[in-house]
Amino acid sequence: MSAAVQPPVSPVKSGAAGAATFAGSDSRKYNYFDPKGRRATHYEDMTVDVQPDPKRYLLQDWIISFADGTPTYSENWTEAKSSDWHAYRSIDQEWERTHYQRQSTICGMIQNVVENGRRAGAPKRFDPAWVKILQDHIGAYKHAEFGLGTATMQAQRYGYTQMINNAILTNSSYKIRFAQDLTLYLSEIGMDIENFNGDAGKQHWVDDPIWQDTRRAVETIGGATDFLEQYFAVNLVFEPLVGELFRSGFIMQAAASQNDFITPAVVSAAEGDYERNLANAVELFRMLMLDEGHGDHNRRLFGTWLHRHGTLAMAAAQGLQPIWSQPRVKVAQFPEALELAKNRLRAIGAETNIDVRSIVDA
Amino acid sequence: MPDSLSLTKITAQKGISIGEAAKRVADLGWTPSYVQEAMTFPTDYKIKKAPRDPMKQVLRSYFPMQEEKDNRVYGALDAALRGDMFRNVEPRWVEWMKLFLAIIPFPEISAARSMAMVARLAPGEELRTGFTMQMVDEFRHSTIQMNLKKWYMENYIDPAGFDITEAAFGRCYATTIGRQFAEGFVTGDAITSANIYLTVVAETAFTNTLFVAMPSEAARNGDYALPTVFLSVQSDESRHIGNGHSMLMSIINDPDNHQLIERDLRYAFWQNHAIVDAAIGTLIEYATTDRDKNKESYAELWHRWIYEDYYRTYMLPLEKYGIKIHHDDVGAAWERMVKKHYVHKTAQFFSVGWPLNFWRIEAQTEKDFEWFEHKYPGWYAEFGDYWKWYGKLSKPGETVMTFNTETGYVYPHRCWSCMVPCLIREDIVCDEVDGKIQTYCSELCRWTHKTAFAATYEGRPTPAMGRFSGRREWEECYHGWDLADAIQDLGFVRGDGKTLVPQPHLRFDDREMWTLDHVRGHTLGSPLLTIRGMTPEAREAHLAEYRKGFKINPVN
Repeated sequence: MSAAVQPPVSPVKSGAAGAATFAGSDSRKYNYFDPKGRRATHYEDMTVDVQPDPKRYLLQDWIISFADGTPTYSENWTEAKSSDWHAYRSIDQEWERTHYQRQSTICGMIQNVVENGRRAGAPKRFDPAWVKILQDHIGAYKHAEFGLGTATMQAQRYGYTQMINNAILTNSSYKIRFAQDLTLYLSEIGMDIENFNGDAGKQHWVDDPIWQDTRRAVETIGGATDFLEQYFAVNLVFEPLVGELFRSGFIMQAAASQNDFITPAVVSAAEGDYERNLANAVELFRMLMLDEGHGDHNRRLFGTWLHRHGTLAMAAAQGLQPIWSQPRVKVAQFPEALELAKNRLRAIGAETNIDVRSIVDA
Repeated sequence: MPDSLSLTKITAQKGISIGEAAKRVADLGWTPSYVQEAMTFPTDYKIKKAPRDPMKQVLRSYFPMQEEKDNRVYGALDAALRGDMFRNVEPRWVEWMKLFLAIIPFPEISAARSMAMVARLAPGEELRTGFTMQMVDEFRHSTIQMNLKKWYMENYIDPAGFDITEAAFGRCYATTIGRQFAEGFVTGDAITSANIYLTVVAETAFTNTLFVAMPSEAARNGDYALPTVFLSVQSDESRHIGNGHSMLMSIINDPDNHQLIERDLRYAFWQNHAIVDAAIGTLIEYATTDRDKNKESYAELWHRWIYEDYYRTYMLPLEKYGIKIHHDDVGAAWERMVKKHYVHKTAQFFSVGWPLNFWRIEAQTEKDFEWFEHKYPGWYAEFGDYWKWYGKLSKPGETVMTFNTETGYVYPHRCWSCMVPCLIREDIVCDEVDGKIQTYCSELCRWTHKTAFAATYEGRPTPAMGRFSGRREWEECYHGWDLADAIQDLGFVRGDGKTLVPQPHLRFDDREMWTLDHVRGHTLGSPLLTIRGMTPEAREAHLAEYRKGFKINPVN
């Protein structure tokens, strides 16, 4: 058979990979972005470049703008600057499947603990002073969680890449779920405890002096117009100084001594959520701090944000101090809890290269 | 004998009712007194009434429900592989998924972003959970679709086109319309975009053709994966429709809003029709190999989903609130579908420009012709010869279809509003807006740009309304470029550096595949820049000629 004679093209009978070999038939990876590691992760494949950018592939630029000419997505929506917003990858690598798996597992865990605890009659054995703390102060705190959830829900519209926005979106999802977890948990144990006032928490949130600095700090985050300032304030400032202080530094430590094994399990979910949200946030702000072109600018900016929200958060933390004195059995001390919270902020500062001394050593 | 025990009886305990749970959750919000929430997305609407939550679902039931849905989806994908789905799938169908799945994840995630906009504007917190669930739903849709696309890429015979998907989305002349669709959800007046355009029209009306009709066609082509994913996606839409309607009800009672609702329903309905029907109509009618005459055509599906379900049962009842519904627009869209062959002209346009796509388009054949003629009488006379030409010119070495003057096809102008070309030639409109000559596919698209997307509407200031921007005519980006250079710049070349990603056939053999050399020597041009360069008289003459249309020459 002569080399010049080729067999006729016969139709391929199968649509399966490998049924024929031709140019491009083995190109089975997304090839338009550089993975952070040696190989693209599944999260990267699901996430990178879904929100386009004129600097990458958006040939025709954004094709609708706001009335003032601001495009659909703008780098100017934060005062922070980056040489490459696309470099960011979230640490928890969440995409829809992993997000639902984790959220659903948490929902199941909480539901089991609460149902079994109630079935065993546990809420009736809670110490009466503790019941009042649950009613008034966890009842108040759920609104703080909700405020952080709505702030991050707002913030997830503004990021310049899909990776940033999705990290903020899952943060919001976790916060709003936890606010609802607390709400429904209190409502359910309220059915088992005589004279439990399900409305007391909101009254304390709105009127109780103990909570007013916390409310001010949360409202300040909600009122910020810079979405990254919101994300920064939630995870790098409020959570370690107020959220974790109250959750880990008080509830988780004190509950068992008041005959309450249910509440720590409910609250523990939020601690797990925060570890992930914090890791995602630290990664982003660290990247911005180390940015060769804009690191100095960002350092100054984050210093301003830290001062604004750190001052409020420290006041909020101090405002909560009386709660530590309310349980009948006192196992947690406020000064130690606050020192742990400050240490947490110091650790965050060390990870991100942000100087936190003005807040923790003031 | 006593009643037998059951696990439910043993474990049952009193809980709070669904209504009570929803009420408690809605009470998480409060009125800030220290610092007001940032109001960063503008609207010209007045929203005085808090929207009600029709679903009354809370997140602790939502997340497990969604996980269960996911388990079914991913289980089905595994089963499809074990069942060797790809051995029997129709490549004609999967090729078009390269286009569809390049477009759809961005509109989905844009919808997630838009929840920030409506949630901040809506008074009260009753619907907050609904908005939250929709936000997470849309995150689900975007990434589950990226996953499906990766799955096709890994298992289908020709992965080229899937491998460059998001880069291709940002560049291709066909995906432009998907970007217009998605940006419309998140840009400009927050209620116009995130409520009326996205939820009240796109999700309530057009997701039925997107996510219900299209999966049926996929199954007919041996693709069981797409129906699994998209019917799961569609099952989330009922909540979104509820959100949209609830928000609409919170603005509709204020007569001050009626003028804007009328404007936005008009714009949104027409543009959804122009974009979704162009894309999905083409996919359903031209990506399929199933020519069962008993199945519904896209036009018939449209009549069921859009006319009967949406127009008659959703839009018309709005009249009782005092909203003027533009019945003629619905009629005009229907006429474009059945009399003016809108879908067929779109398929013709996509195929004539095949070298600038990133998927393969196969010629329609005699079997297809018979079905089209049965469903759309007169189709063969207008399109039969075109597809014969297309088949004939599919061999490398022929003059590429896009520039082949033998066929008689005339490359169209682009609509500045919906971004689909002005394919119904007799309806082209030309106007000057902000000092620039523009072309539009229809009078309503001209109205959309000039009247709706403006600083005032019928004398009323509309400072929140968005504006059209960017290089909206794709052809202008490559005006004066050689076709081969443009394809290279687009990145639509396979790994060997010469073979094109797009091909006008389904022959999986290097000897039959077009390379850059086969398409070199043709210069791309912008119809818009050309018409702008004409004198007014020459322009009028050009438009008069354009409106006459063209006739495809018989194939020898």
